[in-house]
Amino acid sequence: MFLKLFYGLRDAGVPVSIQEWQTFMTALEKGLHRCDLNTFCNLARSCLVKSEAFFDAFDRVFVRIFHGVERDLDVTDELLDWLREPLQPDELTDEQRAALERLDADELMRRFLERLEEQTERHDGGGRWIGTGGHSPFGHSGEHPTGIRVGGASRNRSAMKVAEDRRFRDYRTDVVLDIRSTKMALKRLRHLTRSGPDELDLDGSVDETCRNGGEIEIVYRPQRRNNVRLVLFMDVGGTMDPYYEPVSRLLTALHEERSLREFRSFYFHNCIYERVGTTADLYRRDSIPTGDVLRELDERWKVLFVGDAAMHPAELLSPRGNINPRYVADTRGIDWLKRIRDHFERCVWLNPDPPEHWPFTQTTQVIRSLFPMFPLSIDGLQDAVSALVGRRTFPPPAD
Amino acid sequence: MKTAVVRFPDPPYENRDFLQFQGTDEYIASRSLIDAVNCAIALERPLLIKGEPGTGKTLLARHVAEGLGLPMESWHIKSTSRACDGLYVYDTLQRLNDARFGDGDVSDIRRYIRLGPLGRVFAAEQRHVLLIDEIDKADPEFPNDILRELDEMRFTISETGEDITARRRPVVIITSNSEKELPDAFLRRCVFHFIEFPDPELMKEIIDVHHPGLDERLLDQVLIRFYWLRTRAELRKKPSTSELIDWIAALLRSGISTRQLTERLPFAGSLLKNEHDMLAVQQHLDQGGALPSTWDDIRSRYGGPG
Repeated sequence: MFLKLFYGLRDAGVPVSIQEWQTFMTALEKGLHRCDLNTFCNLARSCLVKSEAFFDAFDRVFVRIFHGVERDLDVTDELLDWLREPLQPDELTDEQRAALERLDADELMRRFLERLEEQTERHDGGGRWIGTGGHSPFGHSGEHPTGIRVGGASRNRSAMKVAEDRRFRDYRTDVVLDIRSTKMALKRLRHLTRSGPDELDLDGSVDETCRNGGEIEIVYRPQRRNNVRLVLFMDVGGTMDPYYEPVSRLLTALHEERSLREFRSFYFHNCIYERVGTTADLYRRDSIPTGDVLRELDERWKVLFVGDAAMHPAELLSPRGNINPRYVADTRGIDWLKRIRDHFERCVWLNPDPPEHWPFTQTTQVIRSLFPMFPLSIDGLQDAVSALVGRRTFPPPAD
Repeated sequence: MKTAVVRFPDPPYENRDFLQFQGTDEYIASRSLIDAVNCAIALERPLLIKGEPGTGKTLLARHVAEGLGLPMESWHIKSTSRACDGLYVYDTLQRLNDARFGDGDVSDIRRYIRLGPLGRVFAAEQRHVLLIDEIDKADPEFPNDILRELDEMRFTISETGEDITARRRPVVIITSNSEKELPDAFLRRCVFHFIEFPDPELMKEIIDVHHPGLDERLLDQVLIRFYWLRTRAELRKKPSTSELIDWIAALLRSGISTRQLTERLPFAGSLLKNEHDMLAVQQHLDQGGALPSTWDDIRSRYGGPG
């Protein structure tokens, strides 16, 4: 049963190692689970799962495997009816609390079944019968350190209830994009070089001083600093409206990212043509020729596109594709994209559309063949950052 | 009505030899946190604590120390921290200076070795609680560099060849804000706990510790506002527990009544810490958006008490 948990977790993608499993076994040997499902659940999670991103997966596996443990009781409908409407229990006095019997699971189950046979009527409060609001170990809404809950809603939350709630869904890294985690992902967007202002080089000073026969000699060296320059091209067209929240969070995080050496952002509608906007409003007076951008920024700039890549195929593939009819274009959108790709060393595309939709849009397919494309999620952002600054894992795609 | 979320009566332990942490009067810990602390103590593993800012990660170590009656040593990690700083620092500059200007005996290197927090805990006679605060601030390789020392609880001062071995295995508590990924090898050796954001019931207990005897109705109103704010998607930074406590302090000092609180959001500045969030809430109010006044209004997200 326990091994099922181990393999269940691994199948669910939770990276549990043998070492952690052994830690957990040691903990069980030491009796840390205290014969209590709650504690057992907490213990398993503390020992086996090392990131809140996997808590949701852990909860699901745990519920699947240990589901029967709490529900094996055969309870009559009548009993469930008594239990359905709980009484609020009075607060227990310390003496009462101290007097509560401490039972282990087997003993508890035995007494429960025994008492179930004896009992013939509804019961609320009190300390012996199965009912609501009391401090007998059985029933619900009661207070007993090792009690069995029978039906009703849990007020003092049990492990299974907690697990079934899936409260940790929000911490999964493959779904949401909040500002903090975005910043965390962007933190990795760095390439440190010794090019900053001078700082004292202690080891060098000691060396030089010794060489100088004890006469103190101070040596300086340039500080390490981040050498990453990032340019952002962002789609602000109508199809991006549903993604306003996540995209604006990404934009905020990028603007607040102090460690980048330089950051520039440009905006476009659906596809890039002769001019790109310097503000998200896309007024013509706030735009500059795309060619100027390419002239100004050298190939070391990292390029990040954000857009859904979904448009009418003509917008990408026809010379007069610009969605704004006032702009007469001679160059196809795809040619501009290719120019950008050829000019810069590293480009990536973040797509807010769910990846399962990508294969159904023709233009997404075309753009995907030009740039490595990632979903706009924490995981996707991390992968994109790795593609920008990590080792070259993405060979430049062929035309 | 008080719930039994905290400070459970002792369930039967099979093994009573190890130290047990049960929370203290000033620190309300959830059941699972107490379990994690005791698990880490029993297994003699470092306890890694993560959680939203302001949920009391750092405070935990102090209260574990208090609860167990042990002295505490803290090591606050900065972006420039190196692993060996925690063990010892060899003050080359001082020695160089002394050599140049002839102060004291330069040939005795030991005079220039200063133990860091980790070194002091190892060298101490008594068992300590060691807090390694915000380990994620340092270089990504940092946790790996202290792995061996934390595992074996000993290290060698290479300048003097002196061996320092921990007499009593310290209780190590490590906090992280997940600014950087921690290496797997490090994670494997830790017991992990994620401090969840407290639910309203637990929050009431926490507030009771800081502002005892608060008017029940006022407290309800305050909490409803607070949890409502936390459900607003447009906020860039959700208010935290410590900010809530500050806010209540501000409300109490100004003597605001429950009625006034139902109509507006006074001292919002102690909850919302940037312009964008202030504007967003202001906009909501200007557009005739209502402030919630009962748990039912926000029940969809938080179950509310009872």
